[in-house]
Amino acid sequence: MNVLQFTDNGIYCPAGDFYIDPWKPVKRAVITHAHSDHARWGNQYYLCENASVPLLRLRLGNDIQVQGIPYGETIYFNSVKVSLHPAGHIIGSAQVRVEQDGEVWVASGDYKLENDGLSAPFEPVRCHTFITESTFGLPIYRWAPQQQIFDGITQWIYENQQAGKASVLLAYSLGKAQRLLYHLKDKVDHFLAHGAIAIPHEVLLQEGWPLPPIERITPDTPKTAFKNAVIIAPPSAEDNAWMRRFQPYSLGVCSGWMQVRGNMRRRNADAGFVLSDHADWAGLLEAVAATGAEQVYATHGFSSVFARYLTEKGIAAKEVTTSYGDEDIITNPES
Amino acid sequence: MQQFAELVQLLSNSTKTNEKLEALSQYFATAPDKDKTWVLALFSGRRPKRTVNSTQLKTWCMQVTGMSDWLFEECYHTVGDLAETIALLLPPRTTPVAAPLHYWLEQLQQLEKAPEETKQAFILQAWDALDGGERFVFNKLITGGFRIGVSQKMMVNALAKTYQIVPATLSHMISGNWDPHNVTIEELLHQHTTGADASRPYPFYLAYALEGLPETLGSEKDWQAEWKWDGIRGQIIKREGQLFVWSRGEELITDKFPEFTSLNTALPDGAVLDGEILTFTNGLPLPFQTLQTRIGRKNVTRKQLQEAPVIFLAYDLLEWEGADIREKPLAERRALLESLVQSTGLPVLQLSPEIMFDSWEQLTGLRLQSRDKGSEGLMLKKRNAAYQVGRKRGDWWKWKIDPLTIDAVMIYAQKGHGRRSNLYTDYTFAVKDGEKLVPFTKAYSGLTDKEIAEVDNWIKRHSLEKFGPVRTVEPQLVFEIAFEGIAASNRHKSGVALRFPRINRWRKDKPVAEINTIEDLKELLRVNGQQGNS
Repeated sequence: MNVLQFTDNGIYCPAGDFYIDPWKPVKRAVITHAHSDHARWGNQYYLCENASVPLLRLRLGNDIQVQGIPYGETIYFNSVKVSLHPAGHIIGSAQVRVEQDGEVWVASGDYKLENDGLSAPFEPVRCHTFITESTFGLPIYRWAPQQQIFDGITQWIYENQQAGKASVLLAYSLGKAQRLLYHLKDKVDHFLAHGAIAIPHEVLLQEGWPLPPIERITPDTPKTAFKNAVIIAPPSAEDNAWMRRFQPYSLGVCSGWMQVRGNMRRRNADAGFVLSDHADWAGLLEAVAATGAEQVYATHGFSSVFARYLTEKGIAAKEVTTSYGDEDIITNPES
Repeated sequence: MQQFAELVQLLSNSTKTNEKLEALSQYFATAPDKDKTWVLALFSGRRPKRTVNSTQLKTWCMQVTGMSDWLFEECYHTVGDLAETIALLLPPRTTPVAAPLHYWLEQLQQLEKAPEETKQAFILQAWDALDGGERFVFNKLITGGFRIGVSQKMMVNALAKTYQIVPATLSHMISGNWDPHNVTIEELLHQHTTGADASRPYPFYLAYALEGLPETLGSEKDWQAEWKWDGIRGQIIKREGQLFVWSRGEELITDKFPEFTSLNTALPDGAVLDGEILTFTNGLPLPFQTLQTRIGRKNVTRKQLQEAPVIFLAYDLLEWEGADIREKPLAERRALLESLVQSTGLPVLQLSPEIMFDSWEQLTGLRLQSRDKGSEGLMLKKRNAAYQVGRKRGDWWKWKIDPLTIDAVMIYAQKGHGRRSNLYTDYTFAVKDGEKLVPFTKAYSGLTDKEIAEVDNWIKRHSLEKFGPVRTVEPQLVFEIAFEGIAASNRHKSGVALRFPRINRWRKDKPVAEINTIEDLKELLRVNGQQGNS
């Protein structure tokens, strides 16, 4: 039974008449998390995890019709049972469990297995069919424990300060930026940040998330403030006149793509930190195994490779094309 | 090994010359002596003998990881570098060993005649002893080719800084035939420039391209003009009764060109000539493809000698009567060169003719004849200039003719390597043949990073089929392909082989229906082509 279907509008549940992360405007949208390729504009009703509600409003406008539910709570769409479960990707991120007549499908959205301290930690959900992301679905992607990465970042900041340089860390404004702030808060006295990071930050502080204060960089921020500073900026700020005033500075990029030297060299970064909010290869395999699913659909990323590998391991798996991006997510800073 | 791995990482990440220079100089000041000699060898293209091949590395990595062939290939095509792919795939090490670079290199060298099991055991042990960055450089030492943005010039400058030696002198000291096994860096840098190694070439002086018109160079009387030839830039050295032929890539190629043997008796001792090795008949050079038939082979056959005979077209004289004369003005060196070439009287050694001209305007006109002469354009050299080291602005300029161009459609794409890993950057292009498309060239460069990202994105959305790493794409994107020469070829489906093809621009304005045809290519061949036999 196809509890969920892949349509031109997105992942659709016919019996419940709702979509999961639709990419074209629909009536009812269940949203896994607030990143722009999953939470799109123009749907009539939105359903998401409680912590996602303010983020969705921030990104899509205060006038959207959005309902928040906590993780684990079941709501019904007709006879279909729907519940959200922690995905560990960013604050409020969820996997969507859909049950119809005893048949269970789970759409993962984006996820990672490591507990980042802010997002509710990933919880495997038993199901018959698992729709999984596969952004880093190649065995070359193996993440080091985050403590090791943050130690590396701390050391790098220290060396930059010794050399009289500011440290500019590029991290996606929702998710990665907060993860950095949270893990560096005891090592760094004062953070400066780009407006794209300061805006969600303010919302999250109001919601009571344990984040350190940051100073938003404005055109009036004096140049002296940048000396030896730690600056968090979104990837879009790279190669941008905005950054020139931080001279002298060293540029560090935080992304899973930094695993491959060529990507790092292409970015012209001084340092690459392999820090991702997605599961690595082993994480994807572990997640799939934990669901006990007999059938797997692999979406965005190295979906064909991942599906082929699972098939070889005896799990019926297929690649599905979605609009969350193909391999071209390589240029997508959210990873 | 850690120190070397960190150096490599820093060098390959940095885009700032000063930073790289500082890192290298720091390395040369602090690394163990034996390591320094090896680094010098590695970064100047003196690759250690290959005792383990890439297929073995791949096979053993698949055994260790239990990975199937197709999955390994997927990884490799994404990473774009075998050494790095393997370093990323291996499980974390269990038995760390901290040994210097030369230890690993020497161990590797000792494997030369070892049985396969011994080799495998050593490699597996090394993988388990090294961390990620070290593993990568270790694999790189085996697969070869450290392309990490360190030019020989930069290394020379770094060494010069550490050891307080003039770069030009140092450059000469470290050139030539030496082996890190039996030379130390101190020996290399303390010997006198003569005597130690008779084969030692001088670093080549290379020209930048002239931008704009020659009028900006001042009076035409100060300049010497020659045709620019497309062969192998080389140096012929006669010292201590022996003849040596070097290519610009600092490769000793004496044995590949038996034609030059006669020069050993004809040239006096203590003479070094700079020039171009060209296949040449009836006063005209043959297309570069014919020269290529001579490069790849270990042994030259009689047939090749007949079909692709070479000459040395002399540009300059760098050493005369055992003395380095590079500091003398070109006019003086040229006069000596002319009398030397005349006195040898061998057809295998010819003088690169000077082009006589009275005005820049006249020379601009003469340049248009380049293609008829089988040349790529002109070289302009200042008469009072010394012979410098490496690529320098000011005294030498190359003034190439505008390339030939053709509009073609992209039909295949493949991911690139290095900085371009996991991006589709290597393309195959086709022209029309009636309703069909005929592939005629590949091109890798010419697009900006932004355009590459755009094309890459397009390819991922418009691929039709996948053959291993190659994707067939919808024939929609039109590009102008520029190239320096065209020759007939029966090894290519299109019947032509291009010299230096690259993308000139993306013709977003041009529909596929209007691209050039195979007839257009043949016409270019008829008008501009050289008679090839390859």
